[in-house]
Amino acid sequence: MGEIFVVVEHRDGELREITQQMLWKANELCQSLSNTLTAVIIGGKDEPFIQELTERADRVIVVEDERLKDFNGDYYKEILYRLIQERHPLLTMIGHTPWGMDFGPPLSIKTGFPIATDCVDILVEDGRLKAVRQIYTGKLFSKVSFKESDGYLITVRSGAFPPDKAGEHKGEVIKQEMPADLPEVGKEFIAFEEAAAGEVDITQADLLVSIGRGIGEEDNVAIAKELADMMGGVLSCSRPVVDKNWLPKYHQVGTSGKSVKPKVYLALGISGAFQHVAGISGAGTIIAVNKDKKAPIFRVADYGVVDDLFKIVDALKERLAA
Amino acid sequence: MDIVVCVKRVPLTQEVDLEIDPQKKEVRKDMLAYSINEWDNYAIEEAVLLKEKFGGDVTAVTVGVEDDEEVLRRCLAMGADRAIRVEPGDLSLDPFVISRILAEVIKGVKHDLVLTGVQADDVNDGAVGTMLAEHLGLNHAAVVTRVEPEGNEATIHIELEGGTDEVSKIKFPALLSIQTGINEPRYVSIMGIRKAAKKELKVVKVEELGLSEDDLTPWVSVDEVFLPPETEGAEIIEGDPGTVAEEILRIIKEKGVST
Ligand SMILES: Cc1cc2nc3c(=O)[nH]c(=O)nc-3n(C[C@H](O)[C@H](O)[C@H](O)COP(=O)(O)OP(=O)(O)OC[C@H]3O[C@@H](n4cnc5c(N)ncnc54)[C@H](O)[C@@H]3O)c2cc1C
Repeated sequence: MGEIFVVVEHRDGELREITQQMLWKANELCQSLSNTLTAVIIGGKDEPFIQELTERADRVIVVEDERLKDFNGDYYKEILYRLIQERHPLLTMIGHTPWGMDFGPPLSIKTGFPIATDCVDILVEDGRLKAVRQIYTGKLFSKVSFKESDGYLITVRSGAFPPDKAGEHKGEVIKQEMPADLPEVGKEFIAFEEAAAGEVDITQADLLVSIGRGIGEEDNVAIAKELADMMGGVLSCSRPVVDKNWLPKYHQVGTSGKSVKPKVYLALGISGAFQHVAGISGAGTIIAVNKDKKAPIFRVADYGVVDDLFKIVDALKERLAA
Repeated sequence: MDIVVCVKRVPLTQEVDLEIDPQKKEVRKDMLAYSINEWDNYAIEEAVLLKEKFGGDVTAVTVGVEDDEEVLRRCLAMGADRAIRVEPGDLSLDPFVISRILAEVIKGVKHDLVLTGVQADDVNDGAVGTMLAEHLGLNHAAVVTRVEPEGNEATIHIELEGGTDEVSKIKFPALLSIQTGINEPRYVSIMGIRKAAKKELKVVKVEELGLSEDDLTPWVSVDEVFLPPETEGAEIIEGDPGTVAEEILRIIKEKGVST
């Protein structure tokens, strides 16, 4: 009976949501594969969530050291490599987050275990693990299989699985010291830096008029702003609009921007990449306008309009002015 | 500071009805337009900016077919000094194989810094960059939004979720995967591309690299690609723009927002 590892992602003494989601899927897989679930915490001394995790896993391995208080992918890679050598888990699950992207692929090379990244599902077919991914920014799905190996790695997309509820496990806690002979790390954490607050707070708006790359050029941003004002709403946007400096960062919706919860979210020319739609899961009603009827945004929207956004914006303005 | 930048040419798939090829392993690409991967465009710009400030050479590398040289010429026009294309023949490529090939090429090029994009817009793996770092034994960081070199190290910003950055120091030689928005990529004119035609563009056949069969065997392979299930999704509002606008305003009002 093999193990499934879930690498616990945490920050400032708190579990990240992706951890609960991985535990949900790992618990399901353990049932169909008769494996046992091991949560691996790499962190500072006495992280406050150890107890909580014992209810959700068969065992909790804790590697603790003050040097591990702040995330460092190099330490994660080295420590996980040794744990994998020692315990031979069939599968190691890692969040497809900036941190998981840092140490997941290198860990694959170091262990020789194949990795599938950014997976939205994990399947067992004829006793073999398969992963489902999205390609072309969510326009297509792809089912992948691994070369034969003693173990596999998968990074999991945020939001792909529901959060795990407190379970009946009574996991044992196995505390381990940080190995003494770790190589020197090449990267040193200095500080976290939070984005400065902006002139508007898109998280408080009831109505967001949100523009994406479909807005075309900088001058067109004013057209959307005018509409937002006429509607009594607030202007927000997807990442490319901020990347091009057409709007300040505090307008950005998504994983690297803000999570919003308006009553209505009107998406104009946004394709619906997961990093964007992760930020609108709290929206009441989503209305999307996009020229491309196959745009992934239509899969999460409540209402869709397949048309040129400028035509719709003009028509909205006409009606509002009348 | 000598910099190697890894770039990829990708199909543009927004506003396109993608068709799946008969083998169900890929989309049909014959009708698609191509461009430099968005993330790589920021990576090459960052390399050129660093070169302009600190001196050194910039080499752009791609693993791809002859048509992919288009993105290398673009890199040369932006300010790269030379370019290398590795011809993969009919090899199957996955992040492992691509990173293994890139590592072998980059070993032969002087570098203090290797830059890649965070991910490519087609397969969205986000894996090649940091795998490459491991093959080369380089220090690395993923999702980088600022690079400020100082002597043999750099202060970098790593983008986390929700607008939080992690500020770290990293020692050279290092590999950074570059996030969009880090700079404003310069405009490339046809003239610029023509002028850069004089710069060196070397083509290497993958067989010349001396890699083993294991090195060139994918670790992950596609069983099948498929369209998302049709059942889920939005209720489509039909009609001319005027009718649609009225319906949108009605929905907004119904949801308790006053306009
Ligand atoms: C680590 C990481 C973090 C990220 N964080 C975020 C984030 O926080 N927020 C975010 O948004 N993205 C984020 N991204 C980027 C994300 O992956 C996508 O690249 C991005 O969301 C695409 O933005 P878009 O939909 O505006 O542009 P595109 O994907 O280019 O889509 C533009 C859409 O506009 C449509 N269109 C074009 N013209 C018109 C017209 N005239 N009328 C109607 N429709 C039109 C097109 O059909 C297309 O669907 C992140 C990526 C990474 C790797």
